[in-house]
Amino acid sequence: MSALAEEAATPAIRRRRPRRTTLAGLALVGTMILGALAAPLLPWDPEAVDLMARLEGPGAAHWLGTDHLGRDVLARLLHGASVSLGAVAAIVGLILALGIGVGGLSGLLGGRTDRIVMRVCDGFLTVPTFVLAMFMVGALGTGMANVMLAIALSHWAWYARLVRGMVLSLRERDYVAAAIVSGASRPRVFVEHILPGVLVQLVVLASLDIGHMILHVAGLSFLGLGVTPPTPEWGVMINEAREFIWTQPTLMLWPGLMILLTVMGFNLLGDALRDRLDPTLAGDGC
Amino acid sequence: MSPRRLTVEGLRLAARRDGRPLELVRGVDLALERGRVTALVGASGSGKSLTCLGLQGLTPPGVERLAGRVRLDGAAVGPETLPGRLVATVMQNPRSAFNPVLTMRAHARETLAVRGVTDDVDGRLAGALAEVGLPEPGRVARLHPFEMSGGMLQRMMIALALLADVPFLLADEPTTDLDPPAQARILALIERLAAERGLGVLIVTHDMGVVARLADEVSVMEAGRIVETAPVADLFAAPRSGAARALLAAHRALYPEEFA
Repeated sequence: MSALAEEAATPAIRRRRPRRTTLAGLALVGTMILGALAAPLLPWDPEAVDLMARLEGPGAAHWLGTDHLGRDVLARLLHGASVSLGAVAAIVGLILALGIGVGGLSGLLGGRTDRIVMRVCDGFLTVPTFVLAMFMVGALGTGMANVMLAIALSHWAWYARLVRGMVLSLRERDYVAAAIVSGASRPRVFVEHILPGVLVQLVVLASLDIGHMILHVAGLSFLGLGVTPPTPEWGVMINEAREFIWTQPTLMLWPGLMILLTVMGFNLLGDALRDRLDPTLAGDGC
Repeated sequence: MSPRRLTVEGLRLAARRDGRPLELVRGVDLALERGRVTALVGASGSGKSLTCLGLQGLTPPGVERLAGRVRLDGAAVGPETLPGRLVATVMQNPRSAFNPVLTMRAHARETLAVRGVTDDVDGRLAGALAEVGLPEPGRVARLHPFEMSGGMLQRMMIALALLADVPFLLADEPTTDLDPPAQARILALIERLAAERGLGVLIVTHDMGVVARLADEVSVMEAGRIVETAPVADLFAAPRSGAARALLAAHRALYPEEFA
């Protein structure tokens, strides 16, 4: 009997070894974050123009060469990482605040508020996010702050919907009713009993979305709507490299590669988080 | 001075169906007195549990409170002052009434916070656990709901009610989900605490055995109304309402030897 019981118990108890893709995701994201943090500490100035050293190939002085103004490409890439990741962090923060605030209120209040908020969400959900973000930058004006605001405003509706759905399901739980009859205030019940369950789902959604938002930031900057040129940013770098695609193709390759690797890293990490935290997928691990 | 008598008058609750209110509780009057146990009996769906919630000013989503006046020792009070401050509730489903990711200590902290107590959570919890007969308070405090049996959880729920330190206790079918030995222990516990602490208890049940064992007075509910209120001996001897007769007949059919 005990042998059988043990056998049955092992798979659930055994700690799953992280998959190789998870480790790759962690490594990519970790490297990008380290690079972004290290960027200001490095001796190279990403904005120092050196017209004597234009369009140089990789070498001892400039490891990845220089761009058309003689600026160090590696320094620009790393500073670009901190711009992209910083922007995405701010966007995700804004989206979570909006999603939890609006979705939470909608789910808790229900009734007319809920119906109106959900129709507004539907409106946001019908327009492709990039088009909506471009439209908003057009309305708000260019600049990085407005780009971040526009991306947050074009993505919050998914989060609000998810939060609302989770709140609707969690607020029916007996332990939520128990907390309410024990006299706990509504905000406290929300923070203590509903929010933790919601956050787990939001983290998964956000981690899967980060790659997508990095593309938005780079895309809008490429179009000249976001970061203004002297500041190093991957989209800006790709735009500037267009003219030299035949003479110095690596200028375009590096920032493209950075975007690719970062997006891939976050997507792998998001997939891993989803598989870990979604109970319905628990069986297929390893 | 803590209040001796809690009454609710004319409680009316309704769900909305197709825009029209559908009354589920239609003018219920109830009185709880400290040191006395009142039983609220009736078939499933007669509005017993809704009454328990509604008299505290709480309603499940989709149900609204149309009317109802709450008095403490004759003085009108807002129903929202009751939960956790004057009234503690023991729910019928101990398994699902605890947040699965929180420990017993966290639940105790939440209950104490309602009345503004934040110090000595462990000491108070240990005291309450001892009163409900759960040994090893240090260990129990660290347990999650899934690590405890239904009977233990129901004791824990009563311990939380004690932590709330309120004069009135609502027990909404506190033994329905338990096996017979656990039922017997929980009923004995409620009986002892009501006597020792002088709690005013409202016990919701459809088990006439529980009523006979615990209650001083019985109110019988049918289709959202109280159709009969009587001292427990009178009700068993001479039930006046059809609902009471039906409940007693069902009980006799199930346990004929008790009445032999």
